[in-house]
Amino acid sequence: MPYIANTEADVREMFRTVGCDSFEQMWEKAQIKFPPPSLDTLHSGLSEYEVVRHLNELAARNATQLVNFLGAGYYDHIIPAAVGEITGRSEFYTAYTPYQPEASQGTLQAIYEYQSMICRLTGLFVANASLYDGGTALFEAMMMAGRITRRRQAVISEAVSPIFRRMIECYSSNLDIELIQVPAGTDDSAQQRLMEAITENTACVIVQYPNVFGTIEAWEEVTAHAHAKGALAVCSCYPVALAVLTPPGEMGFDIVTGEGQSIGIPLSFGGPYLGFMATTEKYMRKMPGRICGRTVDSDGKDGFVLTLQTREQHIRRASAMSNICSNENLCALTALVYLCCMGKQGLIDVAELCAAKAAFARGEILKIDGVKPVGGAAFFNEFVISLPVDAAEVVGRMIDKGFAAGFPLGRYYPDRKNQLLIAVTEKRTREEIKALANALEAVL
Amino acid sequence: MKLIFSISRSGRRGSSIPKADVPEVNAIPQQFRRKKSAELPEVSEQEVIRHFTELSRKNMGVDTNFYPLGSCTMKYNPKFHERIAALPGFAELHPLLPQLRHGGGLTQGALAVIYGAERILSELLGFSACTMQPLAGAHGELAGVMLIAAYHKACKDDRRKIMLIPDAAHGTNPASAAVAGFDTVEIASDSEGNVDLDDLKKHLGPEVAGLMLTCPNTLGLFDRNVKEICRLVHEAGGLCYCDGANFNAIIGRVRPGDLGFDVMHVNLHKTFSTPHGGGGPGSGPVGVAEKLVPYLPVSRVAKRSDGTYALEYDYPESIGYIAPFYGNFGIILRAYAYMLTLGKEGFRRVSENAVLNANYIRCRLAPYYDQKYDRFSMHECVFSASRQVAKGVHALDIAKALIDRGYHPPTIYFPLIVPEALMIEPTETESKDTIDSFIEAMIEIARLAEANPEQIQQAPVTTPVKRMDETRAARSPVVADLG
Repeated sequence: MPYIANTEADVREMFRTVGCDSFEQMWEKAQIKFPPPSLDTLHSGLSEYEVVRHLNELAARNATQLVNFLGAGYYDHIIPAAVGEITGRSEFYTAYTPYQPEASQGTLQAIYEYQSMICRLTGLFVANASLYDGGTALFEAMMMAGRITRRRQAVISEAVSPIFRRMIECYSSNLDIELIQVPAGTDDSAQQRLMEAITENTACVIVQYPNVFGTIEAWEEVTAHAHAKGALAVCSCYPVALAVLTPPGEMGFDIVTGEGQSIGIPLSFGGPYLGFMATTEKYMRKMPGRICGRTVDSDGKDGFVLTLQTREQHIRRASAMSNICSNENLCALTALVYLCCMGKQGLIDVAELCAAKAAFARGEILKIDGVKPVGGAAFFNEFVISLPVDAAEVVGRMIDKGFAAGFPLGRYYPDRKNQLLIAVTEKRTREEIKALANALEAVL
Repeated sequence: MKLIFSISRSGRRGSSIPKADVPEVNAIPQQFRRKKSAELPEVSEQEVIRHFTELSRKNMGVDTNFYPLGSCTMKYNPKFHERIAALPGFAELHPLLPQLRHGGGLTQGALAVIYGAERILSELLGFSACTMQPLAGAHGELAGVMLIAAYHKACKDDRRKIMLIPDAAHGTNPASAAVAGFDTVEIASDSEGNVDLDDLKKHLGPEVAGLMLTCPNTLGLFDRNVKEICRLVHEAGGLCYCDGANFNAIIGRVRPGDLGFDVMHVNLHKTFSTPHGGGGPGSGPVGVAEKLVPYLPVSRVAKRSDGTYALEYDYPESIGYIAPFYGNFGIILRAYAYMLTLGKEGFRRVSENAVLNANYIRCRLAPYYDQKYDRFSMHECVFSASRQVAKGVHALDIAKALIDRGYHPPTIYFPLIVPEALMIEPTETESKDTIDSFIEAMIEIARLAEANPEQIQQAPVTTPVKRMDETRAARSPVVADLG
């Protein structure tokens, strides 16, 4: 095996030092006094070449050649090669949590720059160093709001990702939390009903921006109403859209989270992804997760450290703000390098392209007989259409034509069986969009 | 120190994006648009590369330095794993594909990876099944204690609200138990570093849901009473959770399921060699005994009789959805490659060499550093700088002196029950030569602590920055450059 350096001579010499003459004797000294397991179901080890060949075969059994209009919170964006070159530097990827700042200034400065980027995109004061994904980040935001307000009720819009909502339901099941889910109406919004649901018992109202149907909404009225009732306003957002949309911090949100996969991280069948979180200065010390801060060394030289650590589990144990330890640091670095490569104008260009192509796609698709728009409001790069038949069935037929045509909403919204959620990124060409519309027309 | 923002120049670009091939309608209404662009840097691609390459050089990693950070298992990360994870067939795979009708056939390769990893892991842990979904070790702990809660709930035993946790435990254990709604009670360790059986018995009762025990424990010791501990907890109606952060010490040699544990997480980024990434992404799969299988999170990957794989959701007693999809797939994939490479015989060679290397360090450093528990250890050894403290040299100073000598420091000040702790975990992948050099450095530092303690107190002096003012960072936090 190539990953163990000790030779038989090394082992003999080390045995002498530790006072044993076989591994079995060593185990006995270490208090392991029972026989080893037989591990009957395991195979013998393979060489690197054999493992690579096998996994290449498995990779080939995944249908990544489909033209992708599937989104629902997870998007197929362009990732410049420079991103992988940096995250592939093993000085970054073989390090661990930067508890020793003198030996980790690279990771620490990257976290600080990442936090700064998230603040600039969301319009808030402070971001943490990352959480696992968009869903866990939203749950953490809900818990944080509960700590701040000392209330136990959360009002959440059903236009928030159903993937996130069922995670929050799962985590809340043993906790003293009342989740009030407010239906999204036919206009795909829930603003009025959300405001009606917020009471003096509400810790926070939770919304998504753009929402799961792709709709862009102005939230100032809802956040003001929440604040008037003593509740916090929490928003999960799509970071690419923030290049062009009013930042949530300017709309009065207190905690902003989101799934960072869209900014440079491959889809990779569901992870690793990136949960981001930002908040106001006022609530900084109630935020979960690591935070990197700027300071000086004993010579007065600028540098970075992990800070405000008394919030965290390794200090506070059962009363910590969260149980998180390992986060998604390399994914945060990925997002940072992506945002640097794209830059101020590049990310705007990507967002504008997505929006323009989505608008074009919607126009093309609505030309098809029997296809109707759902929700006439503004959208970013994802929109809903209504088909004359079950959307799940149509998507199944479209796979045979070479398209992942979108996500049928009936899986999560039983009253939307015929509705299809279509995402368009900057990767999709005019030809692919036209081909999608043609194929859709053909299968209907 | 230059931030990326400081090299930004108006109008500079670092990326090329396709030109619009559709009408450039102003798709987003004006009222929703931001008034002022987000101040992302404007830099060229070369500037990006140079900036981050420079940053990378201010880091220690496993590939640059010996990194004996106790409890973190900083072993070598095989390079071909990175290439596998980047294969378009994996990296570009959308997680919602298998949820489409007729979509099951679209991701057979990825499902085979998850299923294969789960089966191998179940065998190594001695459990009936695993979920690969938890996204990190602490996330696995949370999933695991939620399974315990679900079990008691299904047994209609709603009194069990207490989770027992030994004082040597990682902070994540009590924190995870709290997030799952449990109250935590601390159990003392005895004079040999085992769980204090009398203290355990005193706390067991009808309100105890279970015990979370790190095995081997955080002192790097295998608790000789582990089977008895599991028996006592079971007898009192509780379940036993094994924190598998230290599984590297026993892989292939001991199966925690055989010891009596009911549920356990392992860290793929520790024992199964996936990169630590500067603090993640990790992966913390959870294995369970038969009685907890019904409560595992959904979806679950199943193998059909025709050899194909399917995602199954119909588990009415499941705790539900703990992750957006199927786990940190890219990490599971790397771990699977590692499992296939090691194979039946390789796993035990890992634990054998990890334990031998740690004890070699322990024996050679014993004359120079104190040990609170002077016992044969597992994959790591814990010293105390108590002898050096008499000269004014603390564990922190020793850590900094090691940095100057080209070593990443061990874990310090943990476990909490050892004063001035230095927890050293060499892993199996380091050569005896590297370990010998490290030992020499530790001996030199011990001698210097006697002869010239000031020199150690000033360390490090070879690093990009010297000791940082952490008090200032916490008192008046500067946590972002807002532009």
